[in-house]
Amino acid sequence: MDGSTKAQAAGTAKLVTRGVAKSYGPVAALQPTDLHVGAGELMTVLGPSGSGKTTLLQIIAGLVEPTAGRILIDGNDHTHTPVHRRDIGVVFQSYALFPHLTVAENIGFPLRMRGLPAAELARRVRAALAMVQLGHLADRPPRALSGGQQQRVALARCFVYQPSIILMDEPLGALDRKLREHMQVEIKHLHRESGATILYVTHDQEEALAISDRICLMNQARVEQIGSPRQIYEAPASIFAAEFIGISNVLRGRVGSRTLRTPDGEFALPAVPGGLTSGAPAALVVRPENVQLADSGHGALAGEVVEHVYAGSETRLLLRLASGTVFTLRLPAGVPAPAIGAAVGVRWPDGAAVCVPA
Amino acid sequence: MTVLAATGAGRGLRRRLSRTPLWGAAPGVAFLAVFFLFPVLRLLLLSVQDADGGFSLGAYARAFSTTVYLHVLAITFAIAAETTLISLLAGLPLAYWLTHLPPRRRGPVLLLVMLPFWTSALVKTFAWLIILGRNGVLNRLLLAAGLIDHPLGLLHGRGGVMVGMVQAMLPLAVLTMLPVMLAIDRRLNDAARTLGASSVQAFWRVFFHLALPGLAAAGLLVFISALGYFITPALLGGPHDTMLAQLIITEVQEMMDWNFGGALAVLMVAAALLTCWLYERAFGIASVAGGAALPDPRRPLRRLGLVLLGVTADALSAAGGGIAARLGPRLSGWALPAFCLPVLAFLSVPTMVMLPMGFTSSSFLDFPPPGFGLSWFRMVLASPLWRDALLRSLAVAAATGIVATVTGALAAYAVARQGGRWGGALFALFLAPLAIPRIVVAFGLFTLFARLHLVGTSAGLAIGHAVLALPMVFVTVLATFKGYDWHLDQAAATLGADRRRVLVLITAPLVRSGLAAAFLFAFITSFDELTVAIFVSGGIVTTLPRQMWDDMILQLNPTLAAVSAIVFVIVAAALLVAELLRRAE
Ligand SMILES: Nc1ncnc2c1ncn2[C@@H]1O[C@H](COP(=O)(O)OP(=O)(O)O)[C@@H](O)[C@H]1O
Ligand SMILES: [Mg+2]
Repeated sequence: MDGSTKAQAAGTAKLVTRGVAKSYGPVAALQPTDLHVGAGELMTVLGPSGSGKTTLLQIIAGLVEPTAGRILIDGNDHTHTPVHRRDIGVVFQSYALFPHLTVAENIGFPLRMRGLPAAELARRVRAALAMVQLGHLADRPPRALSGGQQQRVALARCFVYQPSIILMDEPLGALDRKLREHMQVEIKHLHRESGATILYVTHDQEEALAISDRICLMNQARVEQIGSPRQIYEAPASIFAAEFIGISNVLRGRVGSRTLRTPDGEFALPAVPGGLTSGAPAALVVRPENVQLADSGHGALAGEVVEHVYAGSETRLLLRLASGTVFTLRLPAGVPAPAIGAAVGVRWPDGAAVCVPA
Repeated sequence: MTVLAATGAGRGLRRRLSRTPLWGAAPGVAFLAVFFLFPVLRLLLLSVQDADGGFSLGAYARAFSTTVYLHVLAITFAIAAETTLISLLAGLPLAYWLTHLPPRRRGPVLLLVMLPFWTSALVKTFAWLIILGRNGVLNRLLLAAGLIDHPLGLLHGRGGVMVGMVQAMLPLAVLTMLPVMLAIDRRLNDAARTLGASSVQAFWRVFFHLALPGLAAAGLLVFISALGYFITPALLGGPHDTMLAQLIITEVQEMMDWNFGGALAVLMVAAALLTCWLYERAFGIASVAGGAALPDPRRPLRRLGLVLLGVTADALSAAGGGIAARLGPRLSGWALPAFCLPVLAFLSVPTMVMLPMGFTSSSFLDFPPPGFGLSWFRMVLASPLWRDALLRSLAVAAATGIVATVTGALAAYAVARQGGRWGGALFALFLAPLAIPRIVVAFGLFTLFARLHLVGTSAGLAIGHAVLALPMVFVTVLATFKGYDWHLDQAAATLGADRRRVLVLITAPLVRSGLAAAFLFAFITSFDELTVAIFVSGGIVTTLPRQMWDDMILQLNPTLAAVSAIVFVIVAAALLVAELLRRAE
């Protein structure tokens, strides 16, 4: 992460989008979007379904013509370069393996398009198959493979010709959870080995947190926030960012003088975000793991326990505040939970709460 | 600044134009423009000219001056309407029964419907001639059984025409309404029954209503095809069953009066287009292609259509309920097969009876053949006339298949890729040859080919047949593309394949069975085609159907039975392979 941030600061962005936008008639699938992806960086594009992630990726790949804006790769304008000359690799959610070709022929396809001599082609295909541990399945048709194996063939077919930019559109979306976590590790590994610049689309926030150098969070066809997983998790820039990533407690209110007034009380603000004047709607965001139980009547807030959610390593406690807002906190395993209906207080350390515009 | 912006926009437009997949349709569009739209429009021009090319309404004046031509027009409409009505009434139960058969049994039964659909019109007509003739199979059986004393005159009247026409059109009706019916969610029927509808009510109120677009499409196609028919009325009908197409042939071939022939052709096209227009108003054109668009009730004509059909459904529902109650549940369960099996027999048995006649040892068309012999086949193959005709038909059919498959498949690819408004326009253009009676297309091509010196050439025949085959190819390939995963093309492009290599290495191999089926359909269309052959062969280069027609008009003989058997076997084999390929998808 540090390397890529530095590279970006030095102005060696591998991929830049300048105000790219796409509309289908009156529908804006993507608002004008600026993005800088550093060389060798793995950036995830995270957002709910319909937020424009696929559209952004397809514009970069050249599969969709943008309505406005430009695409720069290594500083050169590639907005109108045809797909097959962009040297961008794409991994599709459906894998898009050619059913009439064998696994080896699928992986060899991009090399064949580049006119590699047969011997060299065979050697590189073998190496790619070995990389994803599928050497024994080289002559099978793709449909004879399991979902996870097909996914690995798709990855091998993309990495085999060493494109400098790789785009992945929810590549693990069709796999079950166990396999998905395993493949995340493999993709991180491939990324490190190849040094490729990867733009990785997902709607799964845990996945984004796990694999990204940086996350580009999207909502309603716009970029909501760009930053490292830690930045986005710890300092969300909006209620949407706070609620989409991890579990957040959100207390809505209005800005006072260095405080936030909410129906559940007034809270001191460590820092008021720029642009928020007194009286503006805002919210305080507190992560459940930062919240501690306090005796009733003490602490920053008071509430009533309404539910226990057992999750193995921890138990989540749901409280109802006076205003009716539900507030979550985490109890590590072994800590006894107060009974349902009990009145409790909660508090959090200074600096654990973030104020965002509402 | 504005100039800059304008050229920028111009470049963007040019780029978009050069990249759109619509270019795939260009060869087909050019082909149809030259060999379909232009000649048909030229007929319109011919009809308002005199023999020297000056403007004249003389042809129309002549057409309306006596009642002779109006009478023929009325007969044509009556025969087409009766054929449509009977085909729909018999086709609806048959198609409904087919939807309820388990898929494994539906396949073979469906073949029994498709076989007569693809069997040459000449072969079918020949079969009726030897079955219904004065010395025909039926009369002999009845005489032998002592049921009659004198042979019945079954041919050369309206009855004979209707038998032949319905046998030819019923499969078309069933095959058109079947996809719509199969797409209807069967659970709706069950739902209606749980809501208290009897099975008869459930059928008429739910299933029938949802099947209406298919029914209407079937009616339209049958009516338009029937309008241009001439083989059946010429061979099975009497002097009072002359249809418009026969008049056109006489005017062009014998009277050499293109202007008057043109006027008659324009009348026929006008009738066909009027039907299409009314249909479009009432039901929407999309349903022809199996899109089950329900009528939009806001348009007055559609409302009328809906009301009419609603009343019909109510009446049939009541009648059906009454009959079902009379029969009781067990018998009414048998009513459907009891109706459908004889209909299936009507479709396929005549050809089956005719086939062995070629293997007779006799010099006459006796039934049953007194002995087995191959002499007639030997004679056919030894005769230069028949052999040349057979070889030419095969060659022309192969050329037609290639031309129609390449242009039609590219167009289907373009429409499937692009969709949208342009896709819709292309869709209409490529189906248009179905909306114009064949005889008009053939006549138009004849006038064009006369100038291009293509009359009497195999190339002319193949071009004409390709025009007729294009809709079939287009629809077949388009259906194949329906389930196609376009991500595969995108993936190939990102992996470095240009547009041509994507098409050749990925798209084409993946839809190859659809392409092969389309080729075979085009092949069959050409192989048993008579209308274009009559006009374009110029009496010099004869095809198999053309030679059969000439023989059949003169005299029936076992040679024709042998030729019919050859045609039937070739067509059936091609059809079988095409069906197997299509199922394999
Ligand atoms: N070809 C298209 N035609 C019309 N609307 C589209 C098309 N592709 C995408 N959209 C619309 O653009 C929006 C963004 O879509 P997409 O980029 O696929 O979102 P995501 O990948 O984040 O789920 C959606 O509202 C979608 O309906
Ligand atoms: Mg998407």
